[in-house]
Amino acid sequence: MSEYIRNLSIIAHIDHGKSTLADRLMEHTGAVTEREMREQLLDTMDLERERGITIKAQSVRLSHEYQGHDYQINLIDTPGHVDFSYEVSRSLAACDGAVLLVDAAQGAQAQTLANAYLAIEAGLEIVPVINKIDLPSADPAAASAEIAAILGGDPEDVLAVSAKTGQGISELLDRIIERIPKPSGDLDAPLRALVFDSYFDTYRGVVCSIRVVDGRIRKGEQVLFMATGDKHAANELAVSTPRILPVDQLNAGEVGLLITGVKHIDQIRVGDTVTLVSRPASEPLEGYDEPKPMVFSGLFPSDGDDFERLREALEKLQLNDASLIWEPETSRALGFGFRVGFLGLLHMEIVRERLEREYNLDLVSTAPSVAYRVTLTDDSVIEIRSPQDLPHLTSVAQLEEPYVRAMILSPSEYIGTIMDLVQSRRGAMHHMQYLTPDRVELIYELPLAEVVFDFFDHLKSRTRGYASLDYEPTGYRVSDLVKVDILLAGLPVDAFSTITHRAKAVQYGKGMVETLRELIPRQMFDVPIQAAIGGNIISRETVKARRKDVLAKCYGGDISRKRKLLEKQKEGKKRMKMVGAVEVPQEAFVAALRVDTSDR
Amino acid sequence: MVASPPPSIRPDSPELADQAGEWRSAYVHIPFCARICPYCDFAVVEGRQDLVDRYVSALVSEISMSVDWDTLDAVFIGGGTPSQVAPMLIGEILESLNDKFGLVDGVEVSMEANPEDITARSSRGYRAAGVNRLSMGVQSFDDVVLTALGRQHTGGQALRAIEDARSVFERLSIDLMYGDPTETEASWDRTLDSALAAGADHISAYSLTVELGTPLSRAVAAGAPAPDDDVQADRWERAAERLSERLIRYEVSNYATDAPCKYNLATWAQGEYVAFGLGAHGHRNGIRTRNLRRLDRYIETVEAGQRPIAGETVGSGWDRELERLMLGLRRTAGVVAGAAGQKLLEDHPEFVDAGIIEQREGRIVVVKPLLTDTVIREVLAVPPQE
Repeated sequence: MSEYIRNLSIIAHIDHGKSTLADRLMEHTGAVTEREMREQLLDTMDLERERGITIKAQSVRLSHEYQGHDYQINLIDTPGHVDFSYEVSRSLAACDGAVLLVDAAQGAQAQTLANAYLAIEAGLEIVPVINKIDLPSADPAAASAEIAAILGGDPEDVLAVSAKTGQGISELLDRIIERIPKPSGDLDAPLRALVFDSYFDTYRGVVCSIRVVDGRIRKGEQVLFMATGDKHAANELAVSTPRILPVDQLNAGEVGLLITGVKHIDQIRVGDTVTLVSRPASEPLEGYDEPKPMVFSGLFPSDGDDFERLREALEKLQLNDASLIWEPETSRALGFGFRVGFLGLLHMEIVRERLEREYNLDLVSTAPSVAYRVTLTDDSVIEIRSPQDLPHLTSVAQLEEPYVRAMILSPSEYIGTIMDLVQSRRGAMHHMQYLTPDRVELIYELPLAEVVFDFFDHLKSRTRGYASLDYEPTGYRVSDLVKVDILLAGLPVDAFSTITHRAKAVQYGKGMVETLRELIPRQMFDVPIQAAIGGNIISRETVKARRKDVLAKCYGGDISRKRKLLEKQKEGKKRMKMVGAVEVPQEAFVAALRVDTSDR
Repeated sequence: MVASPPPSIRPDSPELADQAGEWRSAYVHIPFCARICPYCDFAVVEGRQDLVDRYVSALVSEISMSVDWDTLDAVFIGGGTPSQVAPMLIGEILESLNDKFGLVDGVEVSMEANPEDITARSSRGYRAAGVNRLSMGVQSFDDVVLTALGRQHTGGQALRAIEDARSVFERLSIDLMYGDPTETEASWDRTLDSALAAGADHISAYSLTVELGTPLSRAVAAGAPAPDDDVQADRWERAAERLSERLIRYEVSNYATDAPCKYNLATWAQGEYVAFGLGAHGHRNGIRTRNLRRLDRYIETVEAGQRPIAGETVGSGWDRELERLMLGLRRTAGVVAGAAGQKLLEDHPEFVDAGIIEQREGRIVVVKPLLTDTVIREVLAVPPQE
């Protein structure tokens, strides 16, 4: 049976045509008719469609006839953004092979390479494919040579397709069956199924994506989740084609959906092993690490009354995003809210947008921070996720910040400008290698805090969009860090505090003060804006008091209109936050993001 | 009917400010202009002099269709440019008001005029027609500024027109406008000097304001220099200082030697008035009405025997209480605090702390008039009190 099953992912960079390829494969195998065909069928969330990225892994079962046999091909989608690489390894654990898809015009990107290495490390068979060969700018020979160099194979081996026109799709399906090994696993052994994803469905409750490794699972059986120890009934089994089709059983090698009636996603741990209560396996499968949030930001409702609604919305979002963590946070400036951990800036943006859009919340978010490690003078060690949690410096013995190993792939002509950028971000080069005569791989060590904010934007603009980036955490290092406080009208505003390297503190403080001066409207009184390290003021600007705020005329003909105008202006002011006596617009709280500390 | 105040009362006195709410007035709108000024957002038409006769007939009909009311203490003929209408026709309008409502002894009849229309002869004509207070749209005595403002007269013409009008009208007001980007501090000073020297008993000094939908607003959107708030604040302060040498400021933008403009003072006291003409706004029995704003429709509606009302606003008791403060706070005399005012003082001590408002004998007075709207915005948000 499992001889005719193939489980695979497509590894590709954003825009390299993964979703189009998935669509074409589904169309070619008759999984969907052309009439049903929607562009990028697997990307279901609105945001994914809008941004053209995949956030949650989805899977779909296809069937393809090869040499007289019907093969079951399970296509497991993977996210393509650096923030979501943990989801990639999750998906890869359910596969036996991967299609490595590279744009024939752009060549391999760091992200793709990082994921390809993940796949190789996981023992997956790689099927290299170049896409978009229909484009006039495509250079199939160069792209094939590059992939071959990276993977150590023969350029002849690289399959050329056009997901757009359908050219090469049939060959690709054959190649998948020829190259990717059948699932290993023992149908007669006790059930072991890997939970590689889960999502919340309003009608079904929590739906688990599982890959059956050993044995079989039948509808109605009592199952045991080995890590949590919870027992549930397998109320429903199904496969996605991509329509959800109920099935009675799933056998070793198959991929499908398990619905147990669990209502809260907290109760299911992705990476867990499902076995049977009646005949449990002795050892669970190798799971994977919980995703670790790397960026933290305060989220506060603009209207304090919405605090509970925000909590409920976060809980609901977490149903489909186990990587989302939070804890309550109180800010003098912003009131009650949550400190939320994210995988990266894109993840943060997406969560924020979903909260505002899907839950109709109006939020203020504070400048993102990484987690710092603080050794106190009594030798105890604490982790802080918000600058305001930094203890007084007299009780701090040592400060450490997280570092990452960053891989940058770029045309070699941009090496100089990349080096400048990385140096201005306190980076140190680790390694440089030419992949082809005009493509280079650069490996750097640099602080995470320097990467997460706008590093990628700068990298893109300096290399005209050609460079790509991937990074992984490498642990903590001692660093000369200081806390920069921002004072409005003499009072420190907790939500504006930042931890930064001493060498950049003045530049940051100045930038922040200047940005705030532009953003804070004139008030009834002068508003001094100061940046301070400890008690030392390092920068100061003043928003001068508003001098004129009166309509020149208000006569008999104007009264109703003028009143409406003033009432509308008052409505606009409601979006301001009162910090002490100062009205601060919400965008000021993310002003830190606009402060450029690169060398200009 | 309440008797007019003796001239010994200052224009900024609280007694006068409050008493003005009892006065009955009429507003008559004349939309015709030789050229529309780029900053103007009133109901105006350019180059339709052919319609003046029909329009005045419509006005007279509209007046006769109006519900009966008390005798009028004040009439204000505004525009547009009323001086584009011949004295005889203005006389007909005033006559129909007299027929309909009656005018008190010593009624104040104000009319707006542009300097280019005013001669000794036309002044005598309007005076004979019943106008006893002329309000001249001078704006500036600086030709550079006048050109920038799109005005049709020169500073010299304005001086001659004032000279001519002053020999006829016992009461003369001058409108000035400051803060155009072409205006310098020196230019504004000269304009103030000339206005003071002209011997007017009333001066209104307005900041140039960019109103939505005007040619000025389109020009600014396209990159033309916009008036600067700080410069305008300087100009206002300069005007307040200089004009106080001879006049008394009784509202944000208005100065008088002794007698204020009764019609306007009544407006700020939330007084009632009937209104006639294109786009005119009335206020009777707590209801604010507005007339049609398109000239052809206005004329046709009235000629068809119907009142040209486009809509009306009926506010709740609390809405009217807030409106009372909104209007009253513009006056130097301030306004009786009342329920809303007390609540404002409780909820916003920062206005007193910052020296923007003061409490005086049960009244709230804005002592930094340039920040009046900062206060009024909060007034309009005061929740209803028991």
